[in-house]
Amino acid sequence: MTFSTFFAFFLNGLTSAMTFFIIASGLTLIYGVLRILNLAHGSLFMLGAFFTFQLTHWFGNFWYALILAPFICAVAGILMERIFLRPVYGLPIPFQLLLTFGLMLLIADIVRIFWGVAFRTATEPKVLSGAMNIFGVSYPRYNIFVIVVGILVCIFIWILLTKTRFGKMIRAASSDREVANGLGINVPWLYTAVFGIGAYLAGLSGVLAAPLRSIMLEMDVHTIIEAFAIVVIGGLGSIPGALIGSLLLGQLNSFGTLYIPRFEMAFMYVFMAIILLIRPKGLLGEEVG
Amino acid sequence: MRYKYLWLIALIILLILTPLFLSSFLMVFLTEMLIMILFAISFNLLFGYTGLLSFGHAAFFSIGSYVTGLVLLHIYPSIPLAFVTGVVAAAIAAWIIGYFCVRLDEIYFAMLTLAFGMMVHTIIWKWDRLTGGADGLVDIPRPNLNLLLFEVDLSSINSYYYFTLVLVAIALFVLWIIVNSNFGLALRAVRENSERLQFVGINVRRYRLISFVISGFFCGLAGALFGPFLKSITPSIAFWTKSAEPVFMSLLGGTKIFLAPAVGSVIFMYLKEIISGYTELWMIYLGAILIGFVLFLPGGIIGFLNEKLRGRRLGRVGE
Repeated sequence: MTFSTFFAFFLNGLTSAMTFFIIASGLTLIYGVLRILNLAHGSLFMLGAFFTFQLTHWFGNFWYALILAPFICAVAGILMERIFLRPVYGLPIPFQLLLTFGLMLLIADIVRIFWGVAFRTATEPKVLSGAMNIFGVSYPRYNIFVIVVGILVCIFIWILLTKTRFGKMIRAASSDREVANGLGINVPWLYTAVFGIGAYLAGLSGVLAAPLRSIMLEMDVHTIIEAFAIVVIGGLGSIPGALIGSLLLGQLNSFGTLYIPRFEMAFMYVFMAIILLIRPKGLLGEEVG
Repeated sequence: MRYKYLWLIALIILLILTPLFLSSFLMVFLTEMLIMILFAISFNLLFGYTGLLSFGHAAFFSIGSYVTGLVLLHIYPSIPLAFVTGVVAAAIAAWIIGYFCVRLDEIYFAMLTLAFGMMVHTIIWKWDRLTGGADGLVDIPRPNLNLLLFEVDLSSINSYYYFTLVLVAIALFVLWIIVNSNFGLALRAVRENSERLQFVGINVRRYRLISFVISGFFCGLAGALFGPFLKSITPSIAFWTKSAEPVFMSLLGGTKIFLAPAVGSVIFMYLKEIISGYTELWMIYLGAILIGFVLFLPGGIIGFLNEKLRGRRLGRVGE
């Protein structure tokens, strides 16, 4: 394999890794703080993608979608948390899963009402169409843009969690919610905020992924399972873990189609199982941050 | 107490008589419901009685289904041979997967079963030369059932319904004996306090594994019944959403009472089949009902009724 093909495959892997990371970081953040495994997280991703289709269709401009769609998802997430999740924090995990599964079904049919069962597509903005030259490799501009946004999101989350007062509150609540409450942190408010951020990230991932793939129903159930695998591999509740999981899965997806076509996804689950067996807490610990 | 099982006998008589007054469309529906009841109750042996939430039980359902279908299609069209092979394959798969999974607890157990379940799904989906890939197995034959002395024609839906009813009834009877045996009691102890059991020298993992294999065996039987019933199967029966179904059926009915998941299955299937007959948008109703159920009736429907009745009985004792 020449260097340029290798490099192109590597960049493909990095592009999907970044969309994976953005959605998985939201999922793992929500789990780390709220201790809820949100099956409807993939549905927020799907909503983000469908909003992108709709907004680019109306305005003919991807940038509106990039700004508006994640916000709408965040609002949807905040409503979800306030109305449905708040009463179930004390219930056993199976009931929380049942509830978020119900939300997943609900959102899937709402999407079906508005957009039907047809495949949809969204186009990237004109500035980002076409290819550019990196190290002698001609590579789509839009993919580079996705990688850059992914890196920015990564830095943003890192600063948010480690450098701000809000981040300190998140970390405090994730390690011990009762003590955090006792220290005067408004935990219910924090939960809503974290869920909103998670939903925003899921929506953002959906927007970024929209021009790269066909937008359709059933994106939700496939995406959530990939996000689960990443989060489990990296460690439930760990953001750096989600990053590592995403980078691994991205490259596996990219080079897997080259060397182990058809079974690359099976490898992901094998890897997930091995990690769970030898390090149930994932590659990187438990703490958020 | 003599009348305790009267309602059960009445139910069995009713189930035997149904083909006399139900249309063949409803018989198809009822047959599928019986299969899903077996799926849910055998899943609940692990969930309600042993306290382990599996998110990968579609693996055993689909292995039972695919192996039975493949034997019928390519090896020899014999129902007993195909069913035994399918169910044994599911039990072996459960033994291998369970061997690893019983080492973990709670959410990690759920995630590991999910990973194995999706592994099985990917293999079924991608190994298209054997399994037909995304198209699945089509034209699965439903040969006559050859028992030593007589032959039963299974081609009509009513006869397949009776065949399913007999197998499901036997399977549930065996499961009922298991949960009421000393072994079943031990499983409940594993659920309640596995740490303490370990201290008194009981091999918790072994109990969990046996429960896992029994559960996988009967899920395999449910799957085996499913193939010749629909005559075609697709990889969607191995996808994680299929694994989620028995979880929700058990929770809907109640996990602590043996037959309660059956009630959950009836409700789930009713919603799925009947509502989808009226409108494309059945998921919105099912979703809303699941949400409402978690928010207002988290003990399960039968658990809720049971609590009410028991409360009344206790009240009477108090007087």
